[in-house]
Amino acid sequence: MSLALTAGWSNRRRYRVRHALMQSAAILFALVLLIWSLLPIYNMLLMALDKHDDIFSGAIWPPEPTLYSFQIVVTEGFWYLQYFWKQYANSIYVGAATTFFTLLIGSLTSYTVGRLRPPKAWLITNTAMLTYVIPASFLAIPFYRIMSTYGLGNSLWGVVAAYVTFGTPYAIFIFQQYGKSIPMELDESARIDGASPLQIYLRIYLPLMAPALVAVGTYALLLAWNDFLFQFLLLSSEKNMTVPVALAQFFNSDEAPWNYMMATAIVYSIPPVLFYYLFRNKMASGLTMGGVKG
Amino acid sequence: MSDTVALRLTQIGHARRPPWRFRLNGSDSNWAIAFVVPYAAVFVAFIIYPVAFGLWTGARLSLFRTLFADPLYLNTVVNTLLFVGIGVNVMMVLAFLLSGFFMSRNPWVKTLLVIYLLPWALPGLVVFTSFHLMLVTQWGLLDSLWRAITGLDGPLFLVSQALAVTSTIVAYIWKWLPFWTLIFLAARMAIPQEIYEAADVDGATSTQRALYVTMPLLSNVYLISTLLCAVWTIGDYATVYLVSSGAPARWSDVLATYSFKSALDFGYPDLGFAAMMSALPLLIPLVILLMRRVHVRDLQL
Repeated sequence: MSLALTAGWSNRRRYRVRHALMQSAAILFALVLLIWSLLPIYNMLLMALDKHDDIFSGAIWPPEPTLYSFQIVVTEGFWYLQYFWKQYANSIYVGAATTFFTLLIGSLTSYTVGRLRPPKAWLITNTAMLTYVIPASFLAIPFYRIMSTYGLGNSLWGVVAAYVTFGTPYAIFIFQQYGKSIPMELDESARIDGASPLQIYLRIYLPLMAPALVAVGTYALLLAWNDFLFQFLLLSSEKNMTVPVALAQFFNSDEAPWNYMMATAIVYSIPPVLFYYLFRNKMASGLTMGGVKG
Repeated sequence: MSDTVALRLTQIGHARRPPWRFRLNGSDSNWAIAFVVPYAAVFVAFIIYPVAFGLWTGARLSLFRTLFADPLYLNTVVNTLLFVGIGVNVMMVLAFLLSGFFMSRNPWVKTLLVIYLLPWALPGLVVFTSFHLMLVTQWGLLDSLWRAITGLDGPLFLVSQALAVTSTIVAYIWKWLPFWTLIFLAARMAIPQEIYEAADVDGATSTQRALYVTMPLLSNVYLISTLLCAVWTIGDYATVYLVSSGAPARWSDVLATYSFKSALDFGYPDLGFAAMMSALPLLIPLVILLMRRVHVRDLQL
């Protein structure tokens, strides 16, 4: 009896020791993960909070942290940043236009393919899929050439056109997937009541697709906000620039004030971070076919 | 009253003809054409025309002869293979394992996930610039940390080719690991709990649960993700362009950055496009495999 009891005790003790070991291993692992995720972000803050631009001082802690560089950015107090707010507005403009046209073209196409079902609709689905799968950078160099042919060189609309091209395939997939959950009977009864396809699209299809529209809209906005290649390629004049192109200018000078650059970068990063966290769950539903294209 | 009749009529109609077969009458097909025109216009103007233009300028034998005579180009091919081969596979394995860790119901694991997703949320330009400034010279953050801990000078990351290539791969994994973890996490959550309960009833250990339930059910997601990630990694320019910008000299370039530099900095766009096209023998099989896989599963990752 007593033997069984002690055996039970030592078992329980062994279990407890193992549990504690597992716990501390998990905590250690979490700590490593935390440092891994935050180190480059900490580096940004470290640089932005320094008053002097001699960033390479070897400090691992800001000696005298100050928000001075943020103040410079916000008041446009440096010659690389003299059009900062204009450029920020340009970025918002590109993002909003990309979102609008991606949603419009994507939903019209997926409505046709999924609801009107014309013959050869698979052709559209397949071309869209191919566009989605092929990396955008493969088309960057020809894009650079053809945009001036179209008269869209150094224009925000050229950039919007590029993002809409790469955003619509994803939109079509998600809308088609989501559209399957909307019963066809709704369309059919509306037809019998005499509604035209346009009325069905506006009054039935779009309202019921609202969650998918939010997910794809977030995707399109962040696609435009987080890419920089097409903005580099297509925008050159200072007033027509977006923030990423302005940021890249810092690399052109020999003695760049890295603290201003990092402060600008942080100000530019706030909207996407907010969006990700606000719409994380909405985006997760649309994640099945890939979220953000690199 | 008329509503119910209409409903009945549709029900009858629905029963008689399968919904994917109803014919479009004249005005409907006009609508269909009108609705597809915007997408078709975008596709022709911004996909067909640039591709045709690129092929027309880039598909010349003399260009490829120039490419293959360039030792820098051959080095770039090796770098690309390393970048894709190591980067993608290490990232996928890590993402798969980490998604298991994040399945935990612990509240602090949930908090950690929120922080862990930050790299994915931040613009690539911003974080890769931070990586660059962390690595460049001996006074970046990494070397400073190294000095604070060991008292010795750290390595010059962007002077050695091996370290520069490794740095770009690590930065790439850092940026995209959260995204793929989230994909696997979603896939794990989609596995019905009943299957695990059945396995428990049969007395399966946790290793057996992982081996015989989770892994077979996630194998398809894993394969599709790997293929998709490989295709995107081949086309990735942002990481190398910003983290090492090809340093030392141009020895850590990958195909994407090599072709951009040829086209933009050295004013030789034809050669740039030819370099990009030389990735097609790797890209096309991947795309075909991916399209077939996705079709089999009806677009569900």
